[in-house]
Amino acid sequence: MSTVATRQAPPEVAPAPAVPGRRRRWTRLILPVYTWLMIFYFSLPILVMIVFGFNDTQGRLNLRWQGFTLNWYRDLFAIQGLTTALRNSLIIAVIVTIASTVLGTMVGLALGRYRFRGKGAYDLVLFSAISAPELVLGASLLSLFVTAQFVRGFVTIIIAHIAFSLAFVAVTVRARVLGLDPALEEAAQDLGADPWTTFRKITLPLLAPGIVAGGLLAFALSIDDYVVTSFVSGQVETFPLWVYGASRVGIPPQVNVMGTLIFLGGVAIAVGNAVLARRQQR
Amino acid sequence: MSASGGRGRLAPYLVGLPGALWLAIFFVVPLLVMFSLSLQSGNAEEGFRFTWEWSNYTDAWERYSTQFIRSIVYAVVVTALCLVLAYPVAYWIAFYGGARKSTYLFLILLPFFVSFVIRTVSWKFILNDQGFVLGPLKEAGLLPQDFHLLATTTAVLGGLTYNYLPFMVLPLYVALERVDPSLVEAAHDLFASRAAAFRRVVFPLSLPGVFAGVLITFVPVASDFVNSGILGGTQTTMIGNVIQTVYLNSNNYPLASAMSFLLMAALLVGIFVYARALGTEQVMEVSQR
Repeated sequence: MSTVATRQAPPEVAPAPAVPGRRRRWTRLILPVYTWLMIFYFSLPILVMIVFGFNDTQGRLNLRWQGFTLNWYRDLFAIQGLTTALRNSLIIAVIVTIASTVLGTMVGLALGRYRFRGKGAYDLVLFSAISAPELVLGASLLSLFVTAQFVRGFVTIIIAHIAFSLAFVAVTVRARVLGLDPALEEAAQDLGADPWTTFRKITLPLLAPGIVAGGLLAFALSIDDYVVTSFVSGQVETFPLWVYGASRVGIPPQVNVMGTLIFLGGVAIAVGNAVLARRQQR
Repeated sequence: MSASGGRGRLAPYLVGLPGALWLAIFFVVPLLVMFSLSLQSGNAEEGFRFTWEWSNYTDAWERYSTQFIRSIVYAVVVTALCLVLAYPVAYWIAFYGGARKSTYLFLILLPFFVSFVIRTVSWKFILNDQGFVLGPLKEAGLLPQDFHLLATTTAVLGGLTYNYLPFMVLPLYVALERVDPSLVEAAHDLFASRAAAFRRVVFPLSLPGVFAGVLITFVPVASDFVNSGILGGTQTTMIGNVIQTVYLNSNNYPLASAMSFLLMAALLVGIFVYARALGTEQVMEVSQR
């Protein structure tokens, strides 16, 4: 769960060579070469996923390269269980994103803006919700649902996903609230705006980047979640659950294709976001 | 902190209430319920009753201490591996990344754009006995026919290291990026060698990052069960796998709850001891991020 946002660092000049001259050339290459090797290592499974989505393989044994094909893109939705699982994941992720963005933004506002009794406890609960192992979240929610004899399925998955993504949205929005310049809101009120208008016209637009980032994070967390979902899903299958189950018998190439499309979508949003942010800075 | 007077007293409670309720009902209460469940006895058919059944805890330990200890050992090894592998990367990006720092970070975060399960399944692909790596090597006679990586400790440790490495790089980078390069220059001006400057200046200043990285790697690795579920075998079962099976297949909820609680307690105690050893200021700094 990537809570650390990549800050836009101002371009800096690399520090001058520490010991003037003397160093042999090749030792300077160790770190950059190592870093690039690590970047290759990081992207290796992604490359494999993308490439084997084009593999002209027979059935489920997608292990060796057999030649290029676009069949799996054409037959993307040929496996019914997989398609249903993906659809479930998308529906759940959309509902979770909307609900946890609204709830999380309110929490972020309350914690970032006000001092109130019980704030310390609130902070602590939020921090624990983020840092508790997913296993414990899933197990404890299952304990609750079992004890309350609540039937597990769509509703329980959504409840569980909101519970953990809400905390992430709250932290993201709170960071933005803390960085807000109070003078802007005071100026609006001096010009006769009532609190609601001030909030709608000034505060909300200023918080928007934080809210959007929180929402995207919630979507990503929800659609990717296996651990918590596996405890509370009942009979409903989501995309990660289906893939995990299929990993014992063999993963059909359609999974590679779906993974590739989700990957490209995510990268496009991230790059677009970065470009937009850079343009706004100018 | 300029609450807009008047109604300001009540506002934080109203705005914060829905989220607070959600977290109370679906985060705090479940933990309490799980604790209560861990002290009950009975079975799935006839229901469970609260009987202060502390034997669930001793049972859990007696039956599954192997998996408990294995999880902790794996977590220690993987955290150490991640630290060693990640530090040079974070160091180079922070000090020599120049204008392309965020590009490098983006490349390191790329795995996060692929589902955790798919990433792990992809490693299963790569490490397969007859896959495109081991297959040709065996055919060329470079490896014995019965050589395998899947279902071994190596595969599980490799998968865990891969999946949690970015969590280590980020906090290290954040800490190293804050180190003022002129401090290093000052050390050199005072005739410190490169190694000494690193040991006496850069590394100590990066300790908060090391602290944070170790924490956010160790806790999820110790409780992970996806990697050993997909890449491992019966000899690599971790406590997470046991908890999942006992909850979902055996429906022995009290025993499973007791195990979850033991794991949580072990991790909390570990964090506490670790935090004490490293000093509380760093804990405060980390938790305020």
